Amino acid sequence: MSEKKHLKEEELIAYRDGETEGRGAVTAHLEECVECREELRKIEAVFAALDAMPVPEPAADYELRVWQRLEPRLPERRARWWEGWFEARRLVVIGAMAAMILAAYFIGMRVGRKTPGSVGTDVAGREKVRERVLVVAVGEHLGRSEMVLVELANAEPKKSDKLINIAAEQKRAEALVEENRLYRQTALKEGDQAMASTLDELERVLLDIANSPDEVTPEQFGSLQKRIEAKGILFKVRVVNQDLREREKNQKPSPAQGNSETKERNKA
Amino acid sequence: MREGIETAGIETSDAEAVERTLRGERDAYRVLVERHSRYVFRMAYRMTGNSHDAEEVVQEAFLRAYQKLKQFEGQANFGTWVYRIAANYTIDRMRARQAEQSRRQTVSAPREDGLEIDPMAMAKDPAPSPERLAASAQLAEKMKAALEALSPAERTAVVMRHWDGCAIEEIAAVLKSNTNATKNTVFRAVAKLRKALEPYAGGMGAARAMGSET
Repeated sequence: MSEKKHLKEEELIAYRDGETEGRGAVTAHLEECVECREELRKIEAVFAALDAMPVPEPAADYELRVWQRLEPRLPERRARWWEGWFEARRLVVIGAMAAMILAAYFIGMRVGRKTPGSVGTDVAGREKVRERVLVVAVGEHLGRSEMVLVELANAEPKKSDKLINIAAEQKRAEALVEENRLYRQTALKEGDQAMASTLDELERVLLDIANSPDEVTPEQFGSLQKRIEAKGILFKVRVVNQDLREREKNQKPSPAQGNSETKERNKA
Repeated sequence: MREGIETAGIETSDAEAVERTLRGERDAYRVLVERHSRYVFRMAYRMTGNSHDAEEVVQEAFLRAYQKLKQFEGQANFGTWVYRIAANYTIDRMRARQAEQSRRQTVSAPREDGLEIDPMAMAKDPAPSPERLAASAQLAEKMKAALEALSPAERTAVVMRHWDGCAIEEIAAVLKSNTNATKNTVFRAVAKLRKALEPYAGGMGAARAMGSET
């Protein structure tokens, strides 16, 4: 077959495939050329043979069997945070944490009762213990949060990575969200607006991380890093954490002093 | 692709099933598996040539789709999406297997152009008798051998294009190639199949010869 005269095999395959470009010319040629029509018929015959190739039809319960085999392999999907909050196992953790905080408050009150002096002294002792419990617990929480944020913010994935696995950071962020919520509510009750505000911002960032997919594309990862950076949350967390350390170190016996510190920070 | 089966009398759309799965309802994912697994199996069987491998592809495709489900949100068709995941996994699996086989074969002449090995000669029967080839089971064997002789990319291209009617762009995405190269892969695959099957498939395509087109 002369290539100048007849259609190429590629042209016939493309024509058979429904190629639109130059279709009119190919059709016109085929109408006139017996040899090319025969070539096309042979190509059709090959496809017809392929169509005749048997594919075993799976049994009627095939879909059920696929599911039964697949279901145990599916990882637990985290519900969204507000749903996850009410999951039984988390309630146990949250309950235990709440019990610890309450116990600390209770001890604080007993300490106050053990020193039957003036009412002012009772209040001072109680306030001191309460604040100390909160300061130490929140300080540790902020330290852990800072580590997660720093790790994510400073990570430099390889350019060849198509997906970046952040499952570990995600799990840590998820646990921190729950702690954070508790401390934020406590800070609010204590009237520490500055602390509550920082914890509120931190909670949003932690939620963002916790709700990300296990594996993210480099673009998604870059976007997450930018969001962390944009909110300046790392800086705020460090400032508050430093402040807490100072408070822990320099706690003065006068309750009035502690309250004034809180008021000062609230102003800031 | 097939859309919509009824579950307990209420039809659940793919989008709704995805949303419910993301909310933590495992049974919602079952709807998607039941709706699309048979179709994925057929494609996987044509690509791998055996039921065992096809079953593995179905399992892996739906597992991967579940793990990546958040990335699906907002896309139009779950069926197309899981099909593509399955096709990607199948071609990777075929290539890995071919690489393994190549390592084991001590005698294998590499092609000068560096492309994937063309084992077309293996599909050829040098002296087929007409009686033998008349049997449809034997023709099926020839077709199986001809498909096995294609490279993973060629086989993927021909399965996606011919059986599943995928656009060249879709095939190119799975092959991680451009559209022109993908078209060439399709041509190459058809030419090889033709070479291998034409002697035995001569009369089968007469019904759709040129006369019916014009």
